[in-house]
Amino acid sequence: MAEVPLLRATDITKSYAGVQALKSASLELRAGEVHALIGENGAGKSTLIKIITGAVEPDGGELQIEGKTVTNNSPRLAKELGVAAIYQQPALFPELTVAENVALGVEQSGLGGRVDWGARRRRAAKLLAQVGAKIDPDTDAGDLTMPQQQLVEIARALGADAKVLILDEPTASLSEEDTQNLFNVIRSLRERGVGMVYISHRLEELPVIADRVTVLRDGRTIDTRLMSEVNRQQLIQMMVGRELSAVFPKREVQLGDVVLELRDLGCAESGIKHVNLSVRAGEIVGLAGLVGAGRTELARAVFGLTPVDSGQILLRGEPVRIGSPRQAIKRGIAYLPEDRRRHGVILDMQIGSNITLASLDQISRGAGLDFKREKELAGDYARRLGVKTPAIYVPVATLSGGNQQKVALSRWLLTKPSVLILDEPTQGIDVGAKSEIHALMTDLAAEGVAVLMISSELPEILGMSDRVAVMYGGTIVEILGRADATQEKVLALALGHSPDEVIPAA
Amino acid sequence: MNFSRYKRELSAALAYLALLVAVGAAAPTFFGAGNLRDLALNNAPVLLVAVGMTLVILVGEIDISVGSQFAVCSVAAGWLAKEGVPVALLLPSVLLLGALMGALNGALVGYLKLPSIIVTLAMLVAWRDALRWVTQGEWVQNLPANFQWFGLGQTLAQWLIVGVALGVLVAFSWMLRNLGAGRAVYAVGSDAEAARLAGIEPRRVVFGVFVLMGALTGLAALLNAVRFSAVPSNAGIGLELKAVAAVVVGGAAITGGRGTLIGTLIGAALLGTIGTALTFVGINPFWEKAIQGAIILAALVSDVALGHFERMRAGGLTLKTAGGAK
Repeated sequence: MAEVPLLRATDITKSYAGVQALKSASLELRAGEVHALIGENGAGKSTLIKIITGAVEPDGGELQIEGKTVTNNSPRLAKELGVAAIYQQPALFPELTVAENVALGVEQSGLGGRVDWGARRRRAAKLLAQVGAKIDPDTDAGDLTMPQQQLVEIARALGADAKVLILDEPTASLSEEDTQNLFNVIRSLRERGVGMVYISHRLEELPVIADRVTVLRDGRTIDTRLMSEVNRQQLIQMMVGRELSAVFPKREVQLGDVVLELRDLGCAESGIKHVNLSVRAGEIVGLAGLVGAGRTELARAVFGLTPVDSGQILLRGEPVRIGSPRQAIKRGIAYLPEDRRRHGVILDMQIGSNITLASLDQISRGAGLDFKREKELAGDYARRLGVKTPAIYVPVATLSGGNQQKVALSRWLLTKPSVLILDEPTQGIDVGAKSEIHALMTDLAAEGVAVLMISSELPEILGMSDRVAVMYGGTIVEILGRADATQEKVLALALGHSPDEVIPAA
Repeated sequence: MNFSRYKRELSAALAYLALLVAVGAAAPTFFGAGNLRDLALNNAPVLLVAVGMTLVILVGEIDISVGSQFAVCSVAAGWLAKEGVPVALLLPSVLLLGALMGALNGALVGYLKLPSIIVTLAMLVAWRDALRWVTQGEWVQNLPANFQWFGLGQTLAQWLIVGVALGVLVAFSWMLRNLGAGRAVYAVGSDAEAARLAGIEPRRVVFGVFVLMGALTGLAALLNAVRFSAVPSNAGIGLELKAVAAVVVGGAAITGGRGTLIGTLIGAALLGTIGTALTFVGINPFWEKAIQGAIILAALVSDVALGHFERMRAGGLTLKTAGGAK
């Protein structure tokens, strides 16, 4: 094509402390294009984006914007050249109004300049209208919902005359409706000639929104294709470099006795009430529901993080009181929290110490810790779960998200739990790590662990669960058997309807 | 051994080495046995308090009431001795008293979740003024003969004091590395909520660390008091600064989760030596505090610089403001 691309990155290389994050990454973005960038975690997407936005300096390769080679890129220069990035978590100033947030980085008045408040509000209103957001510019940004904040960020980018817009997993925490809204905004930007790099783990939305797709694997660009020419299976193959036989490795397992039973459980503090549920050894129970239905709150109550004030928790038929995570762990309950980045692992600690943190008694010998045993155990689990790392004494912070999750999971497996609660175990994780974690869940169930899995991904819930418990309004409204559970039924229940409502009248 | 993990300790050690070489060249008499013994003896109590302070800072808290606790324990030791409490019982009594004061801090910070800087600031003033009111500013005098130097004779007692301080440091250093409790201290300081989810009880760890801080302050107070024939009622003024400074110069992160006692030892040695060193090379010792301040700032700046360098190499988090894509 003769047309000069908006952005062209050619054979970019970058290594961090000897690890080659990018070996040869190339990306070409045209004006008026939505260009999907996909790859497993650790494939180099983040690094490539950071190089484009000037946050990180490349070791080699060439970056061109509108045909001009960019040298000494910096966040400031990238912004001047019209590059803007929008991340999964909006980065607005919550204490400032929407208009002030939009004005930041757009107005250039200097420290002594005076603010024209009227003009500022009018411009904010105009930009918000362009992204189809009905938001009062005088609202504090902190009072907006997440999707609204995202739109404000896009409006801000437009105000800064962004020609290249990078969207990093913008739909990861959006509802279906908000996602559709965002797509409409993206389409109108496309018509105005903005080029967008669209990063997502949700492969199913790519045909809907993307024009072309570039696949990164192990720091290399594998291919760039027209979205209309590839299907999901081919994309997955390009990402992982191997064929995935079955997406969900569910196996039939002989179920044992009931291990965990909740009877009329309630916790006023977190708004859950009258929860009845039992999980048997070898069983995977999926806990479905919308955000705010009380799934995480239920898990936290069982794990002793919030006080249970009515009903009972029974372990192997015996009523127990669980006042703290420590007691929960002693009783054989493990909880892999949502949002590993914050509390699933301790980022500054070494991989090995992270893995053994909940099982220090296993590596205690006489008066002290047995470092040799720790190394063996942690190494075993890191290998078993396929944590990709050169050594177990490096800090967890150096790992990719999927590998951090594997470290978090290793920690809990080492405690030899009889009940394993997984809260969004594969959220934001690449396809390869995801299926590894699914395979592992199946193995654990086969070993007789009772698994309670919270997930917002319906295919995962349906694919992995023996039974599906659906939560709505702080309680479990229905428990469906594997054979009965369909996407439509689960969704209807999660929305507070009866499961039959959605079945069209014959 | 992976040296890159200890680069902060190593840089402090290099700075100390440079100081010793410079002083040795300018004034070789600095290395006289008598001078070195005095240095060790003067700094032993600070080192003990700094050991406790390292623990407190590792869990992400701070204790600026140690100077006042030190004064209370010193005076209490004197009174108990005057009341005829045998020397052998002085140690457990003073340890207990220190631990109790520490437990009060620990309960307020750990269980009531009050900010440690304010809690201990209040304690700093409260203990100091309570003591002033009780003693009316008078020193504890006419101590029994076996109080000074524990009745062991000066030479032996001096060895004992320095030996105890170093022994405590080595013991705590071993415990931090080799006990589950040590792991818990680092875990809580790095991310208390993540530690709680892993079955550690951060409240208990914070409480325990403050108790140890108090007990070590009590020990330091006793070992310091027996060096003199009277116990001043205003002992330990500015001690919190010396202890915090030693920990920070030794490479610990003031936000918690990172640091070692070897670093603290180097920090205490560096800051404790500088005053005497100035005298030996003929610089007015009034410069001591200014130079100590400069060293603390240099430690903080190099810490930030090293951290930045590490992140650049690790490739994470270079731009937190960009939304933290990693």
